[in-house]
Amino acid sequence: MSMTLFLILCLNGLQYGMLLFLIAAGLTLVFGVMGFINLAHGVQYMVGAYLVFAFADLTGSFGLAVILSLVTALIIGLLLEYLVFRHLYARSHLDQVLATFGIIIFLNELAKVLFGPATLSIAPPEFLSGSIQLTETLRYPVYRLVTIVAGLAVALGLFVIVSYTRIGMLIRAGATTPDMVSALGVDIKRLFMIVFGVGAMLAGFAGVIAAPIFAIEPGMGDNILIVAFVVIIIGGIGSIGGAFVAALLVGLIDTLGRSLATMVLSFVFDPSFANQVGPALASMLIYILMAAILVVRPKGLLPAKGVA
Amino acid sequence: MERASLVAGVIFGLLLAAPFVLPLIGEGYLLGLIIKAMLLAIAAISLDLLIGHGGMVSLGHAAFVGVGAYSAAIGLENGIENILVLLAITLGITGLVALVTGVLALRTSGVYFLMITLAFGQMIYFTLTSLASYGGDDGLTLWSLATLFGSDVVQNGGGLYFVVLGVMFATWWGVWAMSRARFGRVLRAARDNPERAEVMGFPVARYRLIAYVIAAMIAGVSGLLLVQHAEFVSPSLAAWQRSGDLIVVVVLGGLASRNGAILGAFFIVVVEEVLGSFLHEWRLIYGPLLVLMVLYARGGLSDLLEPRRGRAT
Repeated sequence: MSMTLFLILCLNGLQYGMLLFLIAAGLTLVFGVMGFINLAHGVQYMVGAYLVFAFADLTGSFGLAVILSLVTALIIGLLLEYLVFRHLYARSHLDQVLATFGIIIFLNELAKVLFGPATLSIAPPEFLSGSIQLTETLRYPVYRLVTIVAGLAVALGLFVIVSYTRIGMLIRAGATTPDMVSALGVDIKRLFMIVFGVGAMLAGFAGVIAAPIFAIEPGMGDNILIVAFVVIIIGGIGSIGGAFVAALLVGLIDTLGRSLATMVLSFVFDPSFANQVGPALASMLIYILMAAILVVRPKGLLPAKGVA
Repeated sequence: MERASLVAGVIFGLLLAAPFVLPLIGEGYLLGLIIKAMLLAIAAISLDLLIGHGGMVSLGHAAFVGVGAYSAAIGLENGIENILVLLAITLGITGLVALVTGVLALRTSGVYFLMITLAFGQMIYFTLTSLASYGGDDGLTLWSLATLFGSDVVQNGGGLYFVVLGVMFATWWGVWAMSRARFGRVLRAARDNPERAEVMGFPVARYRLIAYVIAAMIAGVSGLLLVQHAEFVSPSLAAWQRSGDLIVVVVLGGLASRNGAILGAFFIVVVEEVLGSFLHEWRLIYGPLLVLMVLYARGGLSDLLEPRRGRAT
């Protein structure tokens, strides 16, 4: 295999990892700070993708559509928090799974009703649609590079906010000892709402930047939600740093695995066996990784301190 | 007689009478629907052994239905038609898969258990999609079905209805008997306070593993029967959303209650049928309905039938 192909795969993996990080960051904050299992986080990603499609159609401008989508995703997230989630914080994980499962069913169906069951696609904006010469043999789409940069910027921003601001301090404290935080007189309800809203917006943002790359379809959030869960389990629940490392790891392993598993297997086994097993093994790699890590380090790679 | 026994008596009485009564009033097509609900109930009862009694919230239980269904289907494709042999194969394979995954999954607990069962469920799902010679993603239509020593009593149109009813009764009764025995009491003790159960000398991990394997094997049997009814298998049987559906059934019915899983299964199938009959997009109602039931109907359906007592554990 050529070096160029390998580099392209690594960049694709990096980009997928960034996308996963955007989703996993919100998920792990909600999970870490509130102990809340939000299965509906994946449909918020789908909502982001549909929003940018609808707004781009409406306004004709990708940039404007992105901003409108983010605001709308935030509003939808806050609305869900107000209507449903805040009544479930004190309830069992089972109730949370059930209620958020209901929301998934509703929003997936709503997307189907509003936009039809077929896959939609949206072109990246004009000024990002070209490709750029990275090395002598490697041209890479600008849009994909921009998503990597955007992901890194968000990651850096989150890191600064969580590490150095007052709200970040409260989030860290909330993830470690929520009872103590509320005993100290912090408005825990408002903290939850902020964390939740930001999480929903991040998932929406991931959907927005994914829209021109992947197909937009009902149920598109379901599988990526599971992968995001894998990411936060590998990274350690409630840990932003863990989510970042794990997202890159999962993104790279998944992307490389899908292209290389069959080839690697065919070195050892005969080609027909490799062709049959390779793709299956590739889709399983990240789950195998997660199971292995859970067995060795039950709390993940970089667990947040104090999270049960 | 206890209220729950009374309810169970009524349910099983009605189900036993249905094949004789429904065709008379021209509603024979309902029997297929009832079989669907009973198959769902069998898998849900087994999941309740884990969630209700064991406190182990598995988000990968449907995978065992898939493993069971595929064990049977692959057996059939390779010329094994005796249902007793297929049953043995199904029990053996689901049991083995559950043993291996259970040993690893039970090293964790709580949310982590939920996630790792989800991960194993996904692995099984992707394994099934990779079985190219058995249909891959698209699934497989079965042209021959299992027989009982050459007789078609275990097939649609034969006696499949009564076979499924019998298996549901056996599952219901078996899990209930298990829950009343020392086994079930230890499981619940470990659910409520694992440290205390451990200190009292019970090997908690082993009890949980046994429950996990038994539940998986029952789910596998429901998969085998599902093949007989649907005459078709596909990997979607093992998708994680199916596991979510099973949790919905168990929780709506009422955790660790005698009849909860059965009531939940019939409720879901009826809701789906009724909503679906007047609105194609019935999920627009079903989703919010789930949310409302979680918010306002705690304790599940079996609680509504037993107003004076608490949860029957």
